[in-house]
Amino acid sequence: MSVLPFTSRSAARGRPHRNMVLTRADDLRLTRGPWRKAFAVLLVVCYLSLPHWYSDASLSVLTLVAAFAIGSIGLNLLVGYTGQVSLGHAAFVSIGAFATSALGDQRGWPLPAYLAVAVLVGLLVGAIVGPFALRLRGNYLAIVTIGLVFVAEHIYRNWESLSVPVRGTAPTRNAAIELGPLDFGKGLQFGDVVYTREQSLFWLAWALVALTALVAHNITRTRSGRAMQAVRDHDLSAEVIGVNPARTKVGVFAVSGAMAAAGGVVYSFTLGAVDYHELSGGRGLFMSITFLAIIILGGLGTIYGSILGAFLVIYGQRFIADNGADAPILGIPVEKGWLSTGELNGVLFGLLVIGFLLLEPRGLAALWLRVRRWFEKWPFSY
Amino acid sequence: MSSSGWNLTGDALAETLFSGVAVGCKYALVALGFVIVFKATKVLNFAQASFVLVGGFLCWQMAVTWELNFYVALLAAMVGGAVLGMVVEQLLMRRLLGEPPFALIMLTVGVLYVLDNVTTAIWGPEDRGLQDPWGSRTVDLGAVNLAVADLWTIGVTSAALLAFYLFFGHSSLGLAMRATADDQEAALAVGIDARTVHRVSWAVAGALGALAGIMLASGAGSVGPGLGLIALVAFPAMILGGLESPLGAVVGGLVIGMAQQLTALLQPEFAPWLGSGFERVAPYAIMVAILLVRPYGLFGEREVRRI
Repeated sequence: MSVLPFTSRSAARGRPHRNMVLTRADDLRLTRGPWRKAFAVLLVVCYLSLPHWYSDASLSVLTLVAAFAIGSIGLNLLVGYTGQVSLGHAAFVSIGAFATSALGDQRGWPLPAYLAVAVLVGLLVGAIVGPFALRLRGNYLAIVTIGLVFVAEHIYRNWESLSVPVRGTAPTRNAAIELGPLDFGKGLQFGDVVYTREQSLFWLAWALVALTALVAHNITRTRSGRAMQAVRDHDLSAEVIGVNPARTKVGVFAVSGAMAAAGGVVYSFTLGAVDYHELSGGRGLFMSITFLAIIILGGLGTIYGSILGAFLVIYGQRFIADNGADAPILGIPVEKGWLSTGELNGVLFGLLVIGFLLLEPRGLAALWLRVRRWFEKWPFSY
Repeated sequence: MSSSGWNLTGDALAETLFSGVAVGCKYALVALGFVIVFKATKVLNFAQASFVLVGGFLCWQMAVTWELNFYVALLAAMVGGAVLGMVVEQLLMRRLLGEPPFALIMLTVGVLYVLDNVTTAIWGPEDRGLQDPWGSRTVDLGAVNLAVADLWTIGVTSAALLAFYLFFGHSSLGLAMRATADDQEAALAVGIDARTVHRVSWAVAGALGALAGIMLASGAGSVGPGLGLIALVAFPAMILGGLESPLGAVVGGLVIGMAQQLTALLQPEFAPWLGSGFERVAPYAIMVAILLVRPYGLFGEREVRRI
């Protein structure tokens, strides 16, 4: 190694540079290095302080972002880590939303109860769908999972006690959102300090995001996570080295379904009523596609990427829906031109997906890697 | 037959079967577009739904707004669809050749979003009649009423199939496309230009999509943003026949079309516990049942996997 022109201390000792190696102990650690710990602290500070200087309207958008982030983390475990493409994710999300309506709103169950039921049903349905992935692969699996959103639509259309049949909506407004003494639905109260519903829901939703991310991170850095990635990279080889692909695939479908259902519960908090047309059937398919786009834009096979992607897509869409009408495109305000804001959103969404796939298929997560590389390689960063 | 209020006549059954064949032909046209692109380039093309949509609107624009002859408008819309397909291939799909299927699917989904929204922006969200010469006229065959538009659909689909057969069996370009689909490297080695093959297959898919859109909108149908969604029902048709098989696409289309019509006719009477509107789920139920028995569809190629 001494022939190399740039000899660092580690190279002199016959070891590769520290950036080139990842020890098993590092791989198993929850946070690697002091910088990541500092970043985690920064995130916690943001989390606690954001609701104090953001308007309630922005906070409810951020709560919606959280709902999508939770669902996307589940989908990323399935698609990004295990390589099983699902176009039926919205059906799992709808389980959570309708559990909130049927149990929380109409029967008055407490939050932990209907959240637990939603997660369990999501887990169960995922475990029922999972075995299809043992028989079907790639494109065939993707198309068969489309069936899920149509089956879900059929069930909701016929299950009359679940939703108001005429308008197809299930109320979630009166669902209790309490956790012990903390009432998020009415707004938190500490002594004399009273917070609004939006502020409280922001804290609850992003706490759930953190919990989901922690669970997902723990899955991916342990044996089952390595099994998932082995199945993704080559399932036959994985089987040869002793990974049970059946157990892995069914397990990840179940976990991803459970996370999607949890996301659905949070999703329903931001709405007064859940419309089954949004989450199942043809528009449900587009909802599933939105989830897939989130994890592509964020970064396949990264957990924080799912959160970044949810932020980019959902916040961006809501921003354009709320402010796009006056934005000038080619000098003409959108509302006077030939594109409506909805169509502008759709076109931008499509262009974003195309652009990322062509230019940066590793997603937003890799943009950070690029920045880091640039600084590490400086002054030779080309 | 136990129910007393039940009056299923042979004529009603014949009419249902006939309209099932007609609906199946429309699905088959959409599915053929999927299959030809998949066979040549291994891309599952979601943008096929927007070719269907754009084709319907182009035909409406020319036939109704510009008052051209309907058949001229139909052919011109097919040419428009072919050009659109080529442009998509040339600008985008070429760059991601050989990527994992998931990335390719999502690229076509991006195209779908852009094209669908631009189409709605240009032509507006409302449904409109195509004013085709067939309209809602029917032909009486004994006691059986057959819609003229359905007869035309069956005829056009048969013609398209015949053209398919002649093209792939008896033209050098068709043979080149089959060779490329079988083994791209070997085809390159004997001097077949893979780019031309890809371009032509996307063009054919675009033209077929436009034709399917016009057929879906003719007769009792209409042109509107919902046209693209109908095209998504063709997914089960395409996949249950097998992704690589044109024959499978047609068989799949017919199976799904007939199953849908028969379910709508028989299920409320014989299996009401399945709930209302079951005919919308029936294609997916049949698809899952068939794929679980034959995971690569009825006529699909089994993928060879090596360690």
